[in-house]
Amino acid sequence: MINSYFNSVNIVIYRNEMIKKLLVILITTFTLIVNVYAGSDGELILKKNEPSEIKDCSETFNKASFALNQGLDKIIFKPVSSIYRVLPSPVKTGVSNSLNNLSNVVTIPNNILQGEFALAGVNTGRFLINTTVGVLGLIDVATYLGFNEYVKEDYGQSLASHGVGPGCYLVLPVLGPSTARDTIAGLSNFVGGDAWYNVTVRNDTHYFRDVDYYASKVTAGVDFRAKNFDSIENLEKNSLDFYASVKSLYLQDRQQRILNSTKIIETQDDSDWEEIETQ
Amino acid sequence: MIIYDEKKIVSIYNSFFLISSVSFSIEPDVFVQSTVNRASKLLGEDISKDKKVERLKLIAKETVDIKGIGFYTLGAKRKSLSDEEKKRYAILFEEYFLKSFSSRLAEYTNPEIDVTNKEKLNNNYTIVNSVLKSTKERPEINIDWRIYTKDPNKPLIRDLIIEGLSLARTQKEEFSSVLSSNDNNIDALFKVLKEFSDN
Repeated sequence: MINSYFNSVNIVIYRNEMIKKLLVILITTFTLIVNVYAGSDGELILKKNEPSEIKDCSETFNKASFALNQGLDKIIFKPVSSIYRVLPSPVKTGVSNSLNNLSNVVTIPNNILQGEFALAGVNTGRFLINTTVGVLGLIDVATYLGFNEYVKEDYGQSLASHGVGPGCYLVLPVLGPSTARDTIAGLSNFVGGDAWYNVTVRNDTHYFRDVDYYASKVTAGVDFRAKNFDSIENLEKNSLDFYASVKSLYLQDRQQRILNSTKIIETQDDSDWEEIETQ
Repeated sequence: MIIYDEKKIVSIYNSFFLISSVSFSIEPDVFVQSTVNRASKLLGEDISKDKKVERLKLIAKETVDIKGIGFYTLGAKRKSLSDEEKKRYAILFEEYFLKSFSSRLAEYTNPEIDVTNKEKLNNNYTIVNSVLKSTKERPEINIDWRIYTKDPNKPLIRDLIIEGLSLARTQKEEFSSVLSSNDNNIDALFKVLKEFSDN
């Protein structure tokens, strides 16, 4: 009886692992295929970083995905974030702080991968202080103590810092805009690269459950939507082509995160401004 | 003595010329601060939204290089347009821009913007850095202004870069998308611009 119970549990775990592996293989294959299409004009697309040069190789799929995400936004994220944004400021700040603190478990290994060892040390200190003194990250004590402003890093940014180009632009269902490189790199989170995923979903630690991980991701989505509530509404209302606007803004944002700079002259090719002469 | 006086006169004349030329040129950061102060004062006034929009349009016409932004936004397509098409585009773009720009700004009430720095890129462009102060609804936002300074006496805004994201570039890619999904036909863009302005 006990044996058969354990057997069935093992089968379920094995099946879950198989599904995850299949998903990883499927996404990797898909992103690689769209990259092959991107390179079909003979140019080495992986070397291109300029946002306007990133190809939309699977535009039909991306637009369908975008429409699905807009639908999800209308029925879930927008209503929830409109309630979330009227919560008292200390509550929103606490949620935002704790999500930022949690993201350190991905940022720190990526600081190391990018050769930023001192920054990895600073972020480790920040994480330890905020998790303990800052009550699970709710209070950003490290900033009060004078730590540098926290900047998130991920595996896509690490690949880019080592010269891997973005490949094709992708819109993932539910997850939103991405690139081939960032999608493949993001899979690292599910194979040991994200300590939070490891202790909640991947390993049975008895302290956390799968739902904790997924709840944190949904909350991060709601927090982002609430912070940008008016901007997104305004953009949608005033865009001639909302899909193209989101794509452009996402890729510009991604570029500056990779270069760790907000200076437009460093992050984009500005030469086309010089051609305009009207005065 | 006469030579001395002539030198003095020339020197005074030069100084006057120098002072007058300096006094007429406007520093890009001063220009941005005075423009945002005007817009901010207007947005804080107790008048209808429609009146705000109309008056914002007047400020924009005075301070923004709408024609320049329009041609930048058109990208490579501008090189293949006839003079007639260019004229039509300039009119349609101005209507579109003023509507889009003023309706975006009219949502804000009394925004506080402080100019913090400036960086001269070359004789034609200076980037002015500013900060839109935080409110209960939104965090502090960095806004950079690309100022066209070819004529130092009449600086003009050519782009707003919000948290590192260029509005002109976004608009350029949006227009490019409209064109590429309509076989690069400029009439399709004219139609979309007109529909936006008419609605």
